[in-house]
Parts: sequence; C-alpha cells; structure tokens
Amino acid sequence: MTLSDIAVPSDGAELRRSLEAASPRYGEKAIKAFLFLCAALSVATTTAIVLSLLLPAISFFQEVPILDFLTGTRWAPNFADAHFGVLPILVGSLMIVGFALAVAIPVGLASAIYLSEYAPQRVRKFIKPALEMLAGIPTVAIGLWGFAFLIPLAQDVLPFLPWEGTFSSAVAGVAVGLLIVPLIASVSDDAMRAVPSDLREGAYALGASKLKVSLRVVIPAAISGIVASIVLGMSRAVGETMVVLMMAGAGTRDLTFNPWGSVQTITAYIGSTATGDIATGTIQYDSIFAAGALLFVLTFAVNMVAIRLARRFREVYE
Amino acid sequence: MATPESVPRTERTRLAVAGARAVTESMFVAPRDRSRNTMFLALLLFGLGIALTGLVAIFVWTLIEAWPRLDLDLFTNGPSTLRPETAGFHTAILGSLYIIAGVIALIVPLGVGAAVYLEEYADRTRWWNRLIEVNIQNLAAVPSIVFGILGLGFIVRGPISVGFVPAAASLTIALLVLPTVILAAREAIRAVPPSIREGALALGATQWRAVSRQVLPAAAPGILTGVILAVSRAIGEAAPLLLVGAVTFATFDPSYFESGYTTLPTLVFNYSTRPQEELRTLAAAGAILILVFVLVMNSFAIWLRNRFEQRW
Repeated sequence: MTLSDIAVPSDGAELRRSLEAASPRYGEKAIKAFLFLCAALSVATTTAIVLSLLLPAISFFQEVPILDFLTGTRWAPNFADAHFGVLPILVGSLMIVGFALAVAIPVGLASAIYLSEYAPQRVRKFIKPALEMLAGIPTVAIGLWGFAFLIPLAQDVLPFLPWEGTFSSAVAGVAVGLLIVPLIASVSDDAMRAVPSDLREGAYALGASKLKVSLRVVIPAAISGIVASIVLGMSRAVGETMVVLMMAGAGTRDLTFNPWGSVQTITAYIGSTATGDIATGTIQYDSIFAAGALLFVLTFAVNMVAIRLARRFREVYE
Repeated sequence: MATPESVPRTERTRLAVAGARAVTESMFVAPRDRSRNTMFLALLLFGLGIALTGLVAIFVWTLIEAWPRLDLDLFTNGPSTLRPETAGFHTAILGSLYIIAGVIALIVPLGVGAAVYLEEYADRTRWWNRLIEVNIQNLAAVPSIVFGILGLGFIVRGPISVGFVPAAASLTIALLVLPTVILAAREAIRAVPPSIREGALALGATQWRAVSRQVLPAAAPGILTGVILAVSRAIGEAAPLLLVGAVTFATFDPSYFESGYTTLPTLVFNYSTRPQEELRTLAAAGAILILVFVLVMNSFAIWLRNRFEQRW
C-alpha cells in the first residue's frame, strides 16, 4: 500500500471513523434511564408528600373554614364540642423554637468560632467527632433524659418558678436547643473555614487582635452561612417531635404562653393523635393531615431560605 | 469537605503566621484588648463546654438509670407492663432489625443510583436536573414526622396500602434517610478526580464501565460512610414510626409483610410514658441498646473515613 492509496479524497468524511459507537449501546441507555429514575424518585417523594397531605386536608377544610382554622384559639379535635383553631399548637411550636434558638445560637456559634478560629488541630480532631456524636443521639434518648432528669433538675434548682406538673415547654426548648447545637456549629464552622485566610492575615497585619479578627472579619464574611445554619436549626426545631412530645406533653388545648407548664406543638399533636386508633375519614383523622400541611409549608419556606443563603456563601468563596 | 486554600499550608508557613501574629499583637494590641481576648476565649470555651456537658450528661444518666436492668432478659424476653422486672425488648429488637434490613436494601441502590446520575450523567443546564437537586436538598430538611404522614397516607393506606407492617416502616424510613445518603454519595463521587474517568474513557470504556469499574470503587469508602450514618439515624428514628403502626404492643415476633410490630425507639417511648418506676428503668435500658448501636456505627463510620480518606 502506498501513500497515495490512503490519501484523503476531497470528501474525506467517509474515511474518518465516526465518533459514535458502532452499536447503539442499548445497555448503556437502559442504565442511564434507571439512574435517572433513582434521582427522579426524590421528586416523586415530594409529590407524594404533597398529595398525601393535600387530599385529606381539602376534605378537612370543607368542614372547617380555613379562617377559623388559622385564627381560632382552641384546639380540641377529640372533644364532642370539637374546636379546630390552630393558634395554640402553632404558638406552642414557635415557643419551643424560641427557647431552642436562645440556647443553640450562643452555644453553637461559640463552638463554631472556637473550632474554626482558636482550636489547635489536635483539639479539633477530638471535638468534631464529639459534636457529631451529639448530633447522632436518638431523639427518644434525649426525650427520656430530658423528661426524667432535666425537668426534675430544673425544678430542684429553680424552685421559685411557677412550675406546673411534670412538663415544661421551656426545658423542652432547652433540650431541643441542645439537639440543634451540632447542626449550627458544624454548618457555621464550615462557613467560617471557607473564609480565605488572606482576609484574616490582612487584618492581623494591621494589628487587629484575634477577637477583632473573629468578630469583625470572619463573622461578617461568613454571615450568610451562619444565618443559613440558624435557619436550618430553626426548621429542625419546628419539626422535632419526640423530645417535645415527651417533655412538653401534648395535653394543652387553649392558647398559652406558659414556659413552666405543658404546651402542645404541631408535631406533638400529630404524633400523639396518630398513636391512638383513629378511623379513617373522620375529621380527627383529617386534622392530622391539616396540621401536617401547615408544618410542611412552614418548614418548606424556611428551608428554601436556608438553601438560598447557603448557596450564596458557596458562590462567594469556593 | 473542600479545603479553604487551594495550596495546602505547610507547617512552616503556619508557624510563621502564628509568630508574626504574636509579634503584632504584643506590639500593637492594647492590654485592655488583650484581657478582652482572654474573656472572649473563656466565653467560647464555656459555650462549647455546655454542649459537651449535655452530651456526657445524657450518656452518664442513661447508663446509671439503666444499670439495674442491663441483663440478658433484655434480649430474650418480650415486652410486658405486668412484669417490668423481667420484661425485655426481644420483639422490638427483631422489629428494628427487620426494618433496618429493608432500609439498607432500598437506600444502597437507590441512593447510589441517584448520586451517580446527578454527578456523572446529569446535564446541569436542564431545568429538571436542577429541580431534582434543589428537591433533594429540601427533602433532607423536611421534618421526619411529615414522612410519617406520607407513610400513613400513601404506604400504609392509599395507593400502596400494605397495612401496618414492618415493610411499610422500611419504606417510610428509607425515603426519610435517602436524601442524606444521596448527598454523602455525591460528595464521595465528586472527590474522585476527573482524570480517573478520562483515563478509562480514553481507553475505550463506555461511560457506565468507567463509572462502575473506576469511579464507584474509588468512592466506595465515602459512600459506605454515608450509608452507615444513615442507618444509625434510621435505627433511632421514632417519630415517623408512631404513624405507621410501630406502637402496637407486639409480644410476638414480627413478620415482614403480615404482622403488627414494634421497634426499639417506639417501645422506649411507650415505656417512658407510663408511671411505674421499673418501666422507666426499662426504657433507659432500651435507650442504652440504641445508644450503643448508634455509637458503634458512628465510630465505625469515623474510622472508615479516616482510614480510607484518599488524597489525590
């Protein structure tokens, strides 16, 4: 074969091998389709959640006007004279969130600042897993500890407070706060560590102290990540069920702001009501779904804010 | 986790920066600021101390409370409120194990499949792929009790209608932890450098072969860590199980598709709501069983992560 035999003719495309595979590769396509279905399952899950909440909720709101639901101050679905005002359990949930954040923001941020700015590598190696361990403790274990140890302890240490019975929404909030500390600490720590060290070193070169660098340089630079961590913690606290059910009880029906006694939250209502035998199709059964729909909308809104914020701090420094 | 600096910092530069900082601090920082610094550090340590104290207090209290009942009866005897001094968690342990087995069988293929699709195949400019991503992030933060409602309205009753059986609980919990598994698996797959894939593709491997023979083995430790953490979360999860039937006081061994069942966390909850002191001790003993399981799983995951953490 001489060189001229393989010389490229004017329409050389025919001699060049196609980059497409010789066979159609149906196997590859089937695998890709299967993988896509795996990923699409998450969208199906969300759709199923919305549907399973929406359908019973619609039949609930046909019997209870939505305005009465949102503005009523008595939540007593299981009584002969049933009331479906959601404010008592909504306020209960918000109270728990308030107490939880009051504990978790200072403790979580202090841990995050220490871990990212102060801790030597050796200490960090020990504390990070410890915080992860705290995040991994099952909520029933925290609930049991809180109910049988923390509430009696608080009642012994602060006997002058007007405690009512064996439940306390404030102490329940503190326990939920402890639960979300690792979340706030680790997300904030990641955000602070993503701040480039040039910023810190620039400030040090200008004579700033470590305190000033932490508070005036690192925190402002990482603020969207820190806020995202708090928002995520908030959503976790709204959705927490077992700790609240075990420590704050689920009996209160009327609007109350009492931190020293029992309070009912949206999640505790769902958890305690669904435990009993409720016939499908009754309004009590549907009320679980209406309360669940409210909870879903609340957390969904909060989560979207958190996702937006978290993406912003990633875009800036990564 | 992405490192903040692209160039890893050597020990020498770290020391140099620390030294320079000490010098500027001693020269330019006023004594008042220095004492403020110390107070600030004390404050930080105090905050961290509260978190660690809480952690230790939970373990120590539960262990002390459970101590009188940490015996073999826990494993061999079924639940009973009449004889709390010999009652155990036999049926609950079986129930939890059945559910966990189902969860693992579901989350490994589905979670890895979704992660591979999103990292290796998905075209990010398409709106449906972006929708899937945001959706997974959002699902990861949906309260667990909402998954319980999904389980009750969609799996126990409704379209799937399997009834109050362990299979329903497996499916519910699997959907709950799936987003965490996907996110962890994606991190692990993303950490495999593109050169590995490109090498395989250049040698003529198809995309799936490159993924299954090169990328997945390299990412396996990271994926396994994510799966273990998800399982350890699944075993302690109680709230969604309240809605899918796990509160029945089952005194018989469960059957996966037919019978009622109970699980460790829901039985602990059940005991703890009763007034008798012995039942509270029993609840603490059950909590210890869960805690030990979770502790072992988490330590294994941390060990795995450190052992196989690969720097490319």
